[in-house]
Amino acid sequence: MKLLIGLGSCGIAAGGMKVRDAFTELSAQNPGIDLVIAETGCMGMCYKEPMVELIDDKGFGTVYGGVTPEIAKEIFEKHILGGVPAEEYVVAKSDGGGAEGSFISKQQRIVLSRCGKINPESIDEAIAMGAYKGLEKALKSMTPEEVIAEVLASGVKGRGGAGFPTGLKWKFAAAEKADQKYIICNADEGDPGAFMDRSVLEGDPHSVIEGLAIGGYAIGASEGYVYARAEYPIAIKRLQIAIKQAEERGLLGDNILGTGFSFHLHIKQGAGAFVCGEETALIASIEGQRGMPRMRPPYPANKGLFGKPSNINNVETLANIGWIIRNGAEKFAAIGTEKSKGTKVFALAGKIKRGGLVEIPIGLTIRDVVFGIGGGTVSGKPFKAVQLGGPSGGCIPAELVDTVIDYDTLNATGAIMGSGGMIVMDEDNCMVDIARYFLNFTQSESCGKCTFCKIGTKRMLEILERITKGEGVEGDIEKLEYLADQIRRNALCGLGQTAPNPVLTTLRYFRHEYEAHIRDKKCPAHQCKALIKYEIDPAKCIGCTACAKKCPVNAIEGKAKTAHSIDQAKCIKCGTCLSSCKFGAISVD
Amino acid sequence: MCNCCNKDSKYYEPFETILSGFRGVESELIPILQKLQEAYGYLPEDIIKRLSERTGIFVTQIMGVATFYSQFKLRPAGKHSVKICFGTACHVNGAETVAEALCDELGIKLGETTPDGLITLESVACLGCCSLAPVIMIDDEAFGRLTASKVRQIIRDLYEKEGKSK
Repeated sequence: MKLLIGLGSCGIAAGGMKVRDAFTELSAQNPGIDLVIAETGCMGMCYKEPMVELIDDKGFGTVYGGVTPEIAKEIFEKHILGGVPAEEYVVAKSDGGGAEGSFISKQQRIVLSRCGKINPESIDEAIAMGAYKGLEKALKSMTPEEVIAEVLASGVKGRGGAGFPTGLKWKFAAAEKADQKYIICNADEGDPGAFMDRSVLEGDPHSVIEGLAIGGYAIGASEGYVYARAEYPIAIKRLQIAIKQAEERGLLGDNILGTGFSFHLHIKQGAGAFVCGEETALIASIEGQRGMPRMRPPYPANKGLFGKPSNINNVETLANIGWIIRNGAEKFAAIGTEKSKGTKVFALAGKIKRGGLVEIPIGLTIRDVVFGIGGGTVSGKPFKAVQLGGPSGGCIPAELVDTVIDYDTLNATGAIMGSGGMIVMDEDNCMVDIARYFLNFTQSESCGKCTFCKIGTKRMLEILERITKGEGVEGDIEKLEYLADQIRRNALCGLGQTAPNPVLTTLRYFRHEYEAHIRDKKCPAHQCKALIKYEIDPAKCIGCTACAKKCPVNAIEGKAKTAHSIDQAKCIKCGTCLSSCKFGAISVD
Repeated sequence: MCNCCNKDSKYYEPFETILSGFRGVESELIPILQKLQEAYGYLPEDIIKRLSERTGIFVTQIMGVATFYSQFKLRPAGKHSVKICFGTACHVNGAETVAEALCDELGIKLGETTPDGLITLESVACLGCCSLAPVIMIDDEAFGRLTASKVRQIIRDLYEKEGKSK
């Protein structure tokens, strides 16, 4: 039997190491049993971390979720020693059974096909599941032109957000004549609330290496870089191990697989600057400079890293390439909609019941993902909106829940496909506050090079801040729209050009919330602290003192068994009292 | 630049070891600074000056890079680092309330270090464990599904473990 323990970043954060230690100890106490304990990457069900999967000798897997060292002991005794699954902790089974089976059954896995199945530090396990077969096929039986034609035919588009056809990008870089070209993997995943790339690098780094090597062959680059966030230490470590293993197997380095093609891969760690996700800024950062974008053209395909033709692809895009070459473009293009092919990975988070990493065929609806896979809101309160594409994207309201997820349909809503962040919000979330949140992010990450972004976003942020503080004035909405339009058209790079999107989409669908803040000085979602007030209903309060004990600033007064009251001057509006009252005596308005 | 502090010879040993692994060209500047910060905990002024002398890269250029990227610190950090996540998932799940409680409990603002040098409080854009939102990370350990009262308790526990009172 084999026991896989999910040790991606979120598995570790949720206590996966303690679970691994518990199983290791139990296994050591029972020397007779046939059990291999192995580590794996993200299994996708972040909401059930820490997770383990027990695979029996016939290959049948039983996935357990929410495992603690105590539950580990139970699983060990019942299932591993006794042969009977500890059903109450089972979340999924190989045959689609298990309490959470519907989280998996609607998904289709290409990019994540090996994530959570293999030990990411073992190249043998990756190869056994098909890794590097695409590279072998490309090098041994295809010309670079044929590889590009295949990628073009697959219809795969850049998964980093912009959605530019990957094959076309490769064609441009391939057409350049130069003594040196570069292919770069953009792993500077900076959207808050997004962890797709990290999970792929942590769970299956070989898929990215294979994609880079195939891309290098296609465009004629013998050097590659992975530009990864320094905030992803586990991903970087596993990628380093994977590169070393691939070199030892002759899958990277000089004369790969005896075909005469040489490809060397390096890792560059970012140092914490969101703007470095923009390709010209990323190039400047690899060159050792401040990561500031420059005007295009020239495009990196003509003049990129160290002045040489360069091609930059996102992690997820590259992780598709090996699969496409191995299985053929036709099979890939059979998945998806007419204009958007393949699958897309989303990091489903926010107020969602079953959050995690999901990979869906393009063409499902938002309803399929939020309700079918995600199980709706965790609070049980009405679903209000979903935010796609992070700081560059927008909010899609509940009434558009049947919107099809593909590049064109999403663009028409004002949101974008984005890199894959999908944040679910319920009725308690204030949309003005969400707009302010994203603009605060882009404003602090603006590199300061162009005026429209540097000063324009600052002015927009100031307006949004005063609106959420109850100091909004008539004309603010129009001013926001004017600034948004100017920034969108005139900012130098993608960061600035897309920065107004969260404001524009919330204005489009939730204008009444802005108006309520400005005119009525009310926050309909009861989120903006300057506009809300907590009060105790003396008729309902029985004087149990629970709220007074919990209040961090001692703002609640009253004797035991008599009605309490809140000193509004002291109240910091943290909401602790509201959640501690069992009698519904506290209200917020 | 101040050279009056008479660092003993051992002070520059990590610097020498790190620099011996590089050619000292401009494209290596960020990795060099990352290694130096790892060794010294931050980027001391005299180290930056020495780096400039050794590589020929101007101090202004080094400072330009060091101040552009949020990873680099120009002041020593506290013994423990407390990072509060302001990712979208954390934001919609109440990160701001958690941050207020943290600042209040520690008596400092985001980006500051407690006067006793025990804790540096920082905000980060996203720690990437969104299902545990809201999250803070103390050194390498993540604490998830926090509330204002939980986070206050975590800080009190940390002080108790250190045998210090606030």
